Amino acid sequence: MSPPLPDTDEIDAIIAPHRNAEGPLLPMLHAVQDAFGHIPETAHRVIAEALNISRAELHGVISFYHDFRSQPAGRHVLKICRAEACQAMGGAALADATLKRLGLDWHGTTRNGAVTVEPVYCLGLCACAPAAMLDDRVLGRVDDARMTSLLAEAGA
Amino acid sequence: MRVYVPMDSAAKALGAEAVVAALQAAARDAGVTLELVRTGTRGMIWLEPLVEVEINGVRHGYGPAAPEDAGAILDGTSERALGPVEDLDWMARQTRLTFARVGVIDPLSLQDYAALGGLVGLRRALGMTGAGIVEEVTTSGLRGRGGAGFPTGIKWKTVHDAQAPQKYIVCNADEGDSGTFADRMLMEGDPFTLIEGMVIAALGVGATRGYVYLRSEYPDAIRVMRRAVEIARKQRVLGADVLGSGRVFDMEIRVGAGAYVCGEETSLLNSLEGKRGVVRAKPPLPALEGFLGRPTVVNNVISLATVPVIFEKGAQHYADFGLGRSRGTVTLQIAGNVARGGLFETAFGITLGEVVEGLAGGTASGRPVKAVQVGGPLGAYLPASKFDAPLGYEELDAKGGLLGHAGLVVFDDTADMLSMARFAMEFCAIESCGKCTPCRIGAVRGVETIDRIRQGDGAAVPLLRDLCETMKDGSLCALGGLTPLPVESVLDHFADEALPRREAAE
Ligand SMILES: Cc1cc2nc3c(=O)[nH]c(=O)nc-3n(C[C@H](O)[C@H](O)[C@H](O)COP(=O)(O)O)c2cc1C
Ligand code: SF4
Ligand code: FES
Repeated sequence: MSPPLPDTDEIDAIIAPHRNAEGPLLPMLHAVQDAFGHIPETAHRVIAEALNISRAELHGVISFYHDFRSQPAGRHVLKICRAEACQAMGGAALADATLKRLGLDWHGTTRNGAVTVEPVYCLGLCACAPAAMLDDRVLGRVDDARMTSLLAEAGA
Repeated sequence: MRVYVPMDSAAKALGAEAVVAALQAAARDAGVTLELVRTGTRGMIWLEPLVEVEINGVRHGYGPAAPEDAGAILDGTSERALGPVEDLDWMARQTRLTFARVGVIDPLSLQDYAALGGLVGLRRALGMTGAGIVEEVTTSGLRGRGGAGFPTGIKWKTVHDAQAPQKYIVCNADEGDSGTFADRMLMEGDPFTLIEGMVIAALGVGATRGYVYLRSEYPDAIRVMRRAVEIARKQRVLGADVLGSGRVFDMEIRVGAGAYVCGEETSLLNSLEGKRGVVRAKPPLPALEGFLGRPTVVNNVISLATVPVIFEKGAQHYADFGLGRSRGTVTLQIAGNVARGGLFETAFGITLGEVVEGLAGGTASGRPVKAVQVGGPLGAYLPASKFDAPLGYEELDAKGGLLGHAGLVVFDDTADMLSMARFAMEFCAIESCGKCTPCRIGAVRGVETIDRIRQGDGAAVPLLRDLCETMKDGSLCALGGLTPLPVESVLDHFADEALPRREAAE
């Protein structure tokens, strides 16, 4: 069940604090995504109008960045590092095993909506690889056992 | 009883929070009052979580600590005891200038910061002219730590000399390179150093506003930096009257959105302006037409965070360390398959071999080292035969390497080098900003060509070489322009295993 769609006033209130910033668009998009878990369609018109840019231009910006989503993610987001230092410590095998176990590809969400798995390219935890992040929680030296308990905790 | 536990994200990733909870419980049980101080990390990541207990004014280490060690750590009987932390070989052998306070102080205590040399540099800079400040940085020999090694003083002079109603200081905290975490560690462990460096830069060039562009993958660093900016503002290190001087500078933390290319300075500026993070052609230089078209200093976190110590101790003190044209210290980040990984700050000139075999103690797996990738995803894979290379910008370049942000990723003999070459191309394809065809399309072709090589098609090897040439020649920035470096290094140094047999023999 998805939460009710945000209305224009709500979005207005969320972006308002950033209106006078120099280069306000990314802070606005982050604020909207923090509030709703994604950038809902309704936000496009409000933001485009507030900044006097075209919706095409706005779409171009949103689609450029890996972080911004147009659809809500699962209740938890698991990011697994794919970059070199983690590969040196078995990160690729860990990622493959995790995806396989969940029956997902990258960016996929478990059928019960609990977890979305995303690739990430370095978390700055390269001296305790392989690394992952569950929502905002950082995890180092992740092995299969640790992954199993994380997934259980997240309800995957 | 005063006990220190890092709140650095690497320490957290290894269980620091659980250790803190156990220490608190154990202290309650034992009836001792715990004065718990959260710090950054010392950089000995293999010892994290590293608990430090102050005994007669000396900090004794216990690590790596698990929750079940808590009781014994508090009563001094733990087998995790390492002795005084400052005496540990890893610490004693360093020259900690930029990282002097990291792991030592509470990152958000401006008082602790000032007690250990903080704000001394800024106070000195407040008594100097802009030109004098720029001159000091030039004398120090400081070069950009973000990758390109451009002399910081020259960049500042360009901005200083530009006439404009508004100038900016932008800190590049996008730290996207695999194997690097110095920026993160500094921001989480000593954020006021970065703030002070930005204020000094602003005084030098005549800027009144600054931004830190910090990657979204670092939520802990974002929290610490935001908090530090608030504190600095409240204590008048930032704002309309910097330390009572009447000078103005304020700054803000901005969060990236998961694009590697936004670490490239012009792409970063576009992103900061709210545009797609596409790379801009240079000229114009950001120093002349940067953020919102105004003269802008764009510097890496470590470049800016090194400025305060240069002003505290004097430019010459800093310049006296180093090798050749690489002056001062390099903040090595030792990562991947290593027995001892972490941050090690030392004068430029230490050799690759000393780092990998000496400091890192070889691989974590105990197997032989096969390759070291120095300088992030755009850096070469170097075999053990290159271990005599001294770590300096020119010195490593002469060996076909790239120092970059000084991250070293070690691989053992199980590493599949052709798949590392493939990953370099794949990463470039994923992260390309899309502006140049050789990068956008070339990287995709690169992946396909490597797949053909993998299937034994020797004819694909010269195609891959050609493709690398095309990317090097036709790319606007180093993402497309240097991705060939790791790829070619695999062809050059690991041909035996990476290529079909006949090609390898040639
Ligand atoms: C693809 C690409 C990614 C980059 N990523 C970073 C980065 O994450 N951090 C950084 O400081 N510099 C990065 N750089 C280098 C910057 O463009 C720029 O040289 C640097 O911010 C200048 O600061 P410095 O002189 O203090 O090093 C990158 C360059 C390229 C081409
Ligand atoms: S080389 Fe690649 S990332 Fe760099 S400007 Fe060209 S397309 Fe963009
Ligand atoms: S490479 Fe995975 S955390 Fe840096």
